[in-house]
Amino acid sequence: MSHWIILPVLLPAFVAPFIVLAARYHIGIQRVFSMAGVLSLIAVAIGLALTASDGTVLLYQLGDWAAPYGIVLVGDRLSTMMVLLTSVLALFVLLYAIGSGWDDRGRHFHALFQFQLMGIMGAFLTGDLFNLFVFFEVLLIASYGLMIHAGGTVRLRAGVQYVLFNLLGSTLFLFALGAIYAETGTLNMADLAQRVDLISAEASVGIRVASVLLLMVFAIKAALVPLHFWLPSSYAEAPAPVAALFAIMTKVGAYAIIRVYTLVFAPDLEVTAGLHSVWLLPAALISLGVGSVGILAAKSLDRLVAFAVIGSMGMVMISISLFTPLSISAALYYIIHSTLAGAALFLICDLARAGRTSLALTAQAPISGAPLTAALFFVAAIAMAGLPPLSGFIGKLLILDAGFDTTAMVWIWAIILGASLISVVGFGRAGSTLFWKARSVSPPENAAATPSPTALSYVSVAGLIGLLVAHTVLAGPASRYTDAIAAQLFAPTDYMETVLDTPGKLSDATGEGY
Amino acid sequence: MEFLVASAIGVMTAGGLYLVLRLRTFPVIIGISLLTYAVNVFLFASGRLTVGAPPILTDATTYTDPLPQALVLTAIVISFGMTAVVVMIALGAFLGGDSDRVNDPNADDEAAEDIA
Repeated sequence: MSHWIILPVLLPAFVAPFIVLAARYHIGIQRVFSMAGVLSLIAVAIGLALTASDGTVLLYQLGDWAAPYGIVLVGDRLSTMMVLLTSVLALFVLLYAIGSGWDDRGRHFHALFQFQLMGIMGAFLTGDLFNLFVFFEVLLIASYGLMIHAGGTVRLRAGVQYVLFNLLGSTLFLFALGAIYAETGTLNMADLAQRVDLISAEASVGIRVASVLLLMVFAIKAALVPLHFWLPSSYAEAPAPVAALFAIMTKVGAYAIIRVYTLVFAPDLEVTAGLHSVWLLPAALISLGVGSVGILAAKSLDRLVAFAVIGSMGMVMISISLFTPLSISAALYYIIHSTLAGAALFLICDLARAGRTSLALTAQAPISGAPLTAALFFVAAIAMAGLPPLSGFIGKLLILDAGFDTTAMVWIWAIILGASLISVVGFGRAGSTLFWKARSVSPPENAAATPSPTALSYVSVAGLIGLLVAHTVLAGPASRYTDAIAAQLFAPTDYMETVLDTPGKLSDATGEGY
Repeated sequence: MEFLVASAIGVMTAGGLYLVLRLRTFPVIIGISLLTYAVNVFLFASGRLTVGAPPILTDATTYTDPLPQALVLTAIVISFGMTAVVVMIALGAFLGGDSDRVNDPNADDEAAEDIA
């Protein structure tokens, strides 16, 4: 049993208290340790992803107790890929936070950042539904602190909404877990998969209620319409690097849906038939529509990006809700793309704010560093709207292709293509108002020249865009790998056998009895 | 006993939901607390209701499922911490903005409130 797999959880869990206890008043030391933590996290994540890439399912039994009684961490292709994506995103977000000085505008940014990473990593790696809940809470409570970092009344009010909505989500999660436990007597995902399969159609009321509740919880996390209302104001008001890190949080919801609804409630399971096609697909289509209309209607740039995130989650969920290997693979390709593009856009929002009081989409005086910021916005908007040549276009093609043979093909194609057009117009309007019309407004005479953003800020945004370009150029290998992930997800016997048949301590003594 | 537990969960959930739908932070927080009480009792009941049996394996034939008790304990700790956090943030927002509304600040609402 390799111990590496628990390191993505343990490493931030040790770095964060160290920062709080030893480096409380030294922002320089905090930065060094936070950076070192994230860099080693990337190294571990690469190692794990390489180990899992040949289809091995990594298993870690905490305290050497065998599943389903012990707690397990499981790393397959999907988990390790998400861990790698998170750690790479964290690096660029951290670079930006340091470069722009955001981390120095309030206390404990780096500690909360590390705790947030710990929660996200744990959510990706756990093999147990109750632990998924616990890690959700870890990442949420860190995100509450990050969300109101640097304070301000508007941000606190948005924070209250965000916290209350997520508390309701957590309560719902507990109801779902209670219902599942009452029906099956287990919360280990591999064990659940076997037991749910045995439930007969007549006695399936409880488990059906539980599966719908669970889907709602994950849909709240993934900001699926009509459960998306928490997202626009909290993402728009959060500090830019935090909003950029939050780009992965909606994907935690998408990950949980993919994991639970391929493994536990498999797509061909009779008990939950219709859940995806009748409920999830329309909600996803409406999300995409609402997101793109929001892009067109937004009155400020940060809200616009928040709606772009909702739209992109709609796109991901359309693809997920088809639940074929092809569509899951397309969804995973798009998840990588939209995480990077969403994060880049939130950071660009902050660049465009330099020297302005608001990001309202009206003609305002030019800002310092505008040409470079405008160029970065142009590239990131192309990526997010899904225009060629960047990865958004390829991802959309994959999703359209996955939706081609289905009965809902007309709806999927019409809404995806229509939404793309609307969001292109929306992004075009925002960019031209913000960057081109600025020339028609002369700055007030006594205005002091604001310093342009630091080079490190630009480096981190350019790094994210560079990753998008790499994701485009290497689309072949990337989509072959997501194909492999989807293939593993749709053949879960390997996962179940690894989790349930690996002996732990006392396994021989007690046998199958207790 | 089943009826008592079930109706307690139901009443607390209903009351909690009603309070959550108010648009002021104080009733909403009280409502969320009620909901967490309801869910704690619900989790407790998910291991079947047994009276007077220990949650460990002994030589006696009856025992109660220990796992839900562990789950409830975790849930209580987490919800307690979360409630403390939301009270602090809500207090900060109220003191800073002089308004305890939960919904988005909207120019029209504020104006209507001033008139009323």
